[in-house]
Amino acid sequence: MYEFSYHRPASVAEAAELIANAADGKLVAGGQTLLPTMKHRLASPSDVIDLGGIAEMSGIVVNGNIVTVGAMTTHAEVAASSEIREAIPALAALAGNIGDPAVRNRGTLGGSIANNDPAADYPAAVIALGATVRTNRREIAGEDFFTAMFETALEEDEIIVAVDFPRPDAASYMKFENPASRYAIVGVFVARTAAGPRAAVTGATACAHRAWRLEEALQADFSASALDDFEAPVDKMNADIHAGAEYRAHLVKVMAQRAVAACA
Amino acid sequence: MSTINLAVNGQSVSGEVEPRTLLVEFLREQLRLTGTHVGCDTSQCGACVVMVDGKSVKSCTMLAVMADGCDVTTIEGLAEGTELHPMQQAFMDNHGLQCGFCTPGMVMSGLDIVNRHGNELDADTVRRELNGNICRCTGYQNIVKAIRAGARAMGD
Repeated sequence: MYEFSYHRPASVAEAAELIANAADGKLVAGGQTLLPTMKHRLASPSDVIDLGGIAEMSGIVVNGNIVTVGAMTTHAEVAASSEIREAIPALAALAGNIGDPAVRNRGTLGGSIANNDPAADYPAAVIALGATVRTNRREIAGEDFFTAMFETALEEDEIIVAVDFPRPDAASYMKFENPASRYAIVGVFVARTAAGPRAAVTGATACAHRAWRLEEALQADFSASALDDFEAPVDKMNADIHAGAEYRAHLVKVMAQRAVAACA
Repeated sequence: MSTINLAVNGQSVSGEVEPRTLLVEFLREQLRLTGTHVGCDTSQCGACVVMVDGKSVKSCTMLAVMADGCDVTTIEGLAEGTELHPMQQAFMDNHGLQCGFCTPGMVMSGLDIVNRHGNELDADTVRRELNGNICRCTGYQNIVKAIRAGARAMGD
């Protein structure tokens, strides 16, 4: 790891000032991706601004049909939250199956979505639930947030403060996971909402995306059998040592069917 | 350099660290608490698991400066004098180790499992919860047995 200057601001405003004034600054949340990346010298920021001391960025609040999760809330906190387990059990289950217990004690919602790993779990939930990402500057619709592999709609030095998740009628996330890393080889999040079915796919393509064709197929009939003839486009799928494109395309359908069945 | 003040195994300690110093490096190289191991150094194997404010973390993937003000417990903080902690004793009684390299992390993760799931653990829960700790010797059978026995003993 190369040298850097370390800062631990106590407020979002202070963090924004620090990152704006840094030559090549990086925000760190739980550090479960950034620190390994820095160890490999794939990142060498001049300044690391640790968001861990900012109380206003952490915590879970349920207000009517909106579940607000602070960006610095850990996966373990989301998984264990009785409020989230009641309001959106699929979100708690998703968080409880990221990485391993020690990683979940450090990793955060904000860190996960800001990083936008193509195989991360949270992006699928943010898109499929129609969540809103709140930053220190504005609100961004979940489906507009993830723009490309490891790229998001965040501007330079913009800080995610919280994510608002609307409560669905029912939702489920199914992933076919890499047994070593627990990252999704393919993950599908489906939600039945008052506005109709919503779905998002992660792991399969360059980054998590809204699955319009799955939603269309589920529009008239929200059942696993409604997807019997569904075919995900093979040419858009990732292919690597873990799974080829055809296999991933098949997994999209299978995970989607399992997720829909689990909503019943 | 940054000055950090924290509690390690119940004792106040302070240290001068570079911001890039990992928590595990601080524990091993400055405090000479070498029971916490570095296995993979990529947050996968769990040999470096310690408790920070009562929660298990991989100390190879946390900066020492991030632990400023925290309460850290390492494997050295478990025994009372010569009397092993029930979880340590259970690893001994159940032959829960062979080479022993992964054992400190296994014991710490075992304690974390007890904290979250209580004293009566089924084997499936232990196996699932141990997915961040890798052992290359035992095949896990006796580790699972040891954690279940240690959990029960902690409730006695």
